[in-house]
Amino acid sequence: MSAKTPDAVSSRRILSIWLPAMAMDRWRNAGGDDRRALDSRPLVLIADTAHGPRIEAANSAGMAAGARRGMMLADARTLCPDIVTAPSDPAGDLAFLEKLAIWARRWGPWSAMDAPDGLLVDVTAVPHLFGGEEKLVADVEAAFARRELGLRCAIAPTAGAAWALSHFGPQGAILEGQGDFEARLADLPVAALRLDDDVLTVLRRLGLKRLGDLTGIENGGSGRDAIQRRFRNRKSPAANPLIRLDQILGRVPEPLLPVVPQHMPLVQRRLMEPIRHRQLLDKVVEDLAQDMARELEGRGEGARRLELGMWRVDGEVVVRRLEMASASREAAHICRLFAARLDDVDAGFGIEMLRLRASWSEPLALEQGDIEAAVETHGTSLSACIDRLTVRLGAKAVSRPVAFASHIPERAQRWQPPLDPEPASQGELAFHKRPLKMLDKPERISVLYATPDGYPKRFRWRGGVHEVTRVEGPERIAPEWWRERGSTRLRDYYRIEDDRGRRYWIYRLGIVGDGRGGAPDWYLQGLCA
Amino acid sequence: MSHADLSSLPITAFEDVAALSARRSVRWRPGLAAVQGAAHHTEVFTASGDAAGAGVALALALDDLQHLPRADGSEADDRRNVLWVQTRDAARLNGRPYRAGLPQGLQSRLIHVMAEKAEDALFALEEGLRCRDFAFVIGEMAGNAKALDFTASRRLTLTSERHGIPLFLVRIDAAHDLSSARMRWEVASAPSAPPEWNAQAPGDPAWKAELFRARSHAPGTWTLSGGETSLTASKAREDTDRAVADWTAGLQHRRSPRAR
Repeated sequence: MSAKTPDAVSSRRILSIWLPAMAMDRWRNAGGDDRRALDSRPLVLIADTAHGPRIEAANSAGMAAGARRGMMLADARTLCPDIVTAPSDPAGDLAFLEKLAIWARRWGPWSAMDAPDGLLVDVTAVPHLFGGEEKLVADVEAAFARRELGLRCAIAPTAGAAWALSHFGPQGAILEGQGDFEARLADLPVAALRLDDDVLTVLRRLGLKRLGDLTGIENGGSGRDAIQRRFRNRKSPAANPLIRLDQILGRVPEPLLPVVPQHMPLVQRRLMEPIRHRQLLDKVVEDLAQDMARELEGRGEGARRLELGMWRVDGEVVVRRLEMASASREAAHICRLFAARLDDVDAGFGIEMLRLRASWSEPLALEQGDIEAAVETHGTSLSACIDRLTVRLGAKAVSRPVAFASHIPERAQRWQPPLDPEPASQGELAFHKRPLKMLDKPERISVLYATPDGYPKRFRWRGGVHEVTRVEGPERIAPEWWRERGSTRLRDYYRIEDDRGRRYWIYRLGIVGDGRGGAPDWYLQGLCA
Repeated sequence: MSHADLSSLPITAFEDVAALSARRSVRWRPGLAAVQGAAHHTEVFTASGDAAGAGVALALALDDLQHLPRADGSEADDRRNVLWVQTRDAARLNGRPYRAGLPQGLQSRLIHVMAEKAEDALFALEEGLRCRDFAFVIGEMAGNAKALDFTASRRLTLTSERHGIPLFLVRIDAAHDLSSARMRWEVASAPSAPPEWNAQAPGDPAWKAELFRARSHAPGTWTLSGGETSLTASKAREDTDRAVADWTAGLQHRRSPRAR
């Protein structure tokens, strides 16, 4: 079978970098000479588990002594009693890898993390800047050697192939997209497919040990179907060898998540004297807001969420958070919103440092300034108005009614934040008129006299007697059986007008003899205009 | 008596009074906004358990909006939002707005504010009036809140006139206290006209509306009825007409006790 790879894939070049001993290298480089001295002796990094300490990484002397990753420390001690231990730090390793990924962008426009100890860099159309791919690989090796990090790397047309070669191929392997792309990968073990352990066990039991075995089966014709059947329920790529194989050969795309460095805009003021009074605090907040506005303006962004931290002399930190309806960088607006939030701040012995951080910002184009002055003449914008309302009244107080797909009248309307986009919904079928106002909870009415047709002729609601003169109905609304309990009763809605012209929307809950309770009750739910 | 009074005034003052009286004798009618501009601060008094107040406020607002002459360069279709502020009490007494029952054009343009206290509601109303992106603001408040005194009402009127956003304040179960509203209505539901196809059913809403105080109109009583798009008014009774005919006399009557 010919390995027909699409041009787009064959022209791509991905550099895979694997740091086989990253945790160990990082531990050694982080300390001084004493750690280097320890490194010559058997050393393991351990993590505490429910069954005792387990080895997370071992140095070369430790490996020689018999310690392996995943082994319990007690077992390793029996092999080598004088083994030295140090705690492992997976979170630190991940942060380190993140920084490495950004650093590795020196070889390509974007890079992705391949946790726990690898990197993928897109070097498409880049190698000529380094004088060819061999020189690029040499540069990578030299750069990592300077940082005393052991590595293996490879360049290939797909991320999967580059990963396989860096982990299981020769050091510095470079795989061309053209020619017998498959044949060069055929000798790699199936573990090069990045599969889960249990899948590898299954493949080993089937006698499929090398990639060539898998592709060979494919060429036989019916082999692929057999593997497909065996793994038909495995949808994730890491559990299905065929998907991984296709990814390596570039037949299906493999999306990668690039690491994009982001910096939160942050401004702070350290104060010479701790402040205790509101007037001074307002002044400092104003300064911070202006700094923040300048910072955001430089980035062409507006803040959606702001956090104001106030460090008190006695070690307490007071944090006030603010969320805005739309991106904004007006200092006056920010001050005004914070003013409402600072009323209950207890300054104690004084506040010595303030920090304003925009933890969520969105792009906001530059525009004409001096909006706050324009407010006096032209009025505020909608988002500024919503901000002011939510800051004083709370986020829940300001809302917008939106339609919801339901037959039950009180469910057919939901409330959402006012500036959120309206969810798509089917248009209303206006067969029946709906009331202008709806009570929060249907109120029970007592029927004094009902007509033979079934609707009330006279009823009492909130202490007043209403004489019904005109009526339209019933409009029957059945309970939503897919959601509610079976014993829920249906509703018959009537639009009525009483003798003084007041118009209401009432319903009867259930009908006589539906077997779901006694005599049906009447409720008043809506007030028509 | 009145003749003697008027003749004793200086000429300039007399002219002013005449102009004032001519201006004030314009009776209110739907669609007057086309000539006079929108009324900026309107109060609608109503009883609880009756959606007439909200209905009239909406109908008046939409009527004004329809008939207002459009400024050059404004959008052909007004898609601005509408702010509806309620206190918790008002929502308990008269319910919350229900989207499917609103006029068609307003359904996706409503922003609702639920205020716990009257002070919060007044704050929200004022902020709404300052915002250029609202077509009009509706408030609903129950009872005679202490916060809503003459000063607060005057503040709302000034804000509304300054920014040109009309305010319709529905007062539920409230006494006619001091207020600087430009028009004050007392409304109640009225029996509706029977619809064409089902005479037994309630028809288009109708209200009995009494304009008991207005700055630029003579008071009177109308029966308003509003369809989806239009508001029509019919004179309610003969005696209101008579009262209006003697309106200057009425002014005298009103003035004399205050002068004492």
